[in-house]
Amino acid sequence: MTAYLADVATLARKDLRLELRTRNTVPAMLLFVVAALVVFHFALPAGSSELAAKGLLWVAIVFTALLGLTRAFVAEREQRLIDGLLLAPCDRSAIWLAKSVAVLGFLVVAEVVALPAFALFFSGIDGATVAGVALADLGICAVGTVLAAMAVAGRARELLLPLLFLPLAIPVVVGGVGASVTGHPGRYLGFLALYDAVFAIISWASFEYVVTE
Amino acid sequence: MIRARRLGRTFGTKHVIRGLELDVPRGGFLLVTGPNGSGKTTLLRLVAGLLVPTAGELEVAVPRDRVGYLGHEPLVYRELTALENLDLYGRLYRVPERRERIGMLLERFGLWEARNQWADSFSRGMLQRLALCRTLLHDPDLLVLDEPFSALDEEGAALLDRQLAELRPRATFLLATHDPERVSPLAPDRLAFA
Repeated sequence: MTAYLADVATLARKDLRLELRTRNTVPAMLLFVVAALVVFHFALPAGSSELAAKGLLWVAIVFTALLGLTRAFVAEREQRLIDGLLLAPCDRSAIWLAKSVAVLGFLVVAEVVALPAFALFFSGIDGATVAGVALADLGICAVGTVLAAMAVAGRARELLLPLLFLPLAIPVVVGGVGASVTGHPGRYLGFLALYDAVFAIISWASFEYVVTE
Repeated sequence: MIRARRLGRTFGTKHVIRGLELDVPRGGFLLVTGPNGSGKTTLLRLVAGLLVPTAGELEVAVPRDRVGYLGHEPLVYRELTALENLDLYGRLYRVPERRERIGMLLERFGLWEARNQWADSFSRGMLQRLALCRTLLHDPDLLVLDEPFSALDEEGAALLDRQLAELRPRATFLLATHDPERVSPLAPDRLAFA
C-alpha cells in the first residue's frame, strides 16, 4: 500500500510540475469559468431566481472540469508517453489515481476563483453548496479521468470525451444542484458521496482495461 | 525466456502478425529484421507488454520491472529536465541508489552537462541517448530495443555498441533494426519478417 501511494505521489507530482512549467490547463480553466459566469450574469434576466443562478454555477463547473479533463492526457498522448507509464512496474490504477488527483487540484484552483466570482455576480455561497462542489469534484475527476484515458486512444478524442462524460455527469449536476438549493441538503450530499464511491471503484477497477491495447 | 505459439496480432482487419512461433532462451539475442510495416515493432510491443495478442500464446518469463523497452519515441517528458525524467522512472522502477545510477548513466551517455536542461531543448540524438538511459536505468534482464541506433551519431552508436557488448553476457535481447550487420556479431539468432 505504501508503494502504491508512493507511485501515486510520484506521478501526481510530475503532473503538477508539468502544469507549473507549461501553464497549459489551469489558466485556461480559470479564464473559462470566469468568462462563463460573466456571460451568465448578463444572460440571466434581472430578477431571476437564486435557483436559476445556482443551476448556472453547476453548468460552469461541469464544463470547466471538462476543459481540464480534455487536457489531462495531452502530455501522455503526444509522443506516446503513456507507454512509458504502462511499462513501469507500478499498478496501472496508480496512473489513474495520480491523474485524478492532479485534475482535482486544477479544478479546485479554478473553483477557488469561481465561487467568490459567483458570489460577486449572483448571490452568496452557503456551506451546503461548497460541500456539494467538493463531493462533485471527486466524482467528476474519478469518472472523467478514466473517460479521458479512453477518449485519448480514439481518433475523435475531442468529440468523444464530452459525449462520454456529460451523460455520466448528469447525476453530479442533479446532486449538486439539489444540495445547493434545498433546505435539507443531506440527502443530496449523501447521493453525491454514493456516486463518488461507486464510480471511483468502477474507474479504479477498469482503468487497466481502458489503457490495454 | 520468450515463448510464442501461433502468435497473432490484428489491428482492425489487418493481420500484422500471424501464426508466429518463437523461442528465445535466457541470455539469447534475437535480431528482428524486415521491411517497414512487416510487424517488427508490433512483436516488440507485444513482448514488452504494451500490446496484447489477438491470437495464440505469448509467454515472457520476466517480471515487468525487469524489462527495458526502447521504442520509436524516447518516452520522456519534454518539459522535464533529463535528471527529472530519469528520477521519475527511477522512482517508479524503485531503482536502488537511484541518484548514483542516474548520474553514472548520464555521464556515460554524455548528457551530464545537459542534465538540468528540459528534454524539449535536446536534439534528436540527445533524446535517443536519454531514452537509452531510461531503458537501462533499472538494469533490465530483458532488453527490447526497436531501432536503437536511430538518430545516434557515430560516437553515440559506438557507445551503444560497447554498452550492448557489456550487457550481452547477462541480459536477453530482442532487437529490431534495419542495419543488422551492426549487431550481427552479438546476435546468433535472426528472425526475418517478410
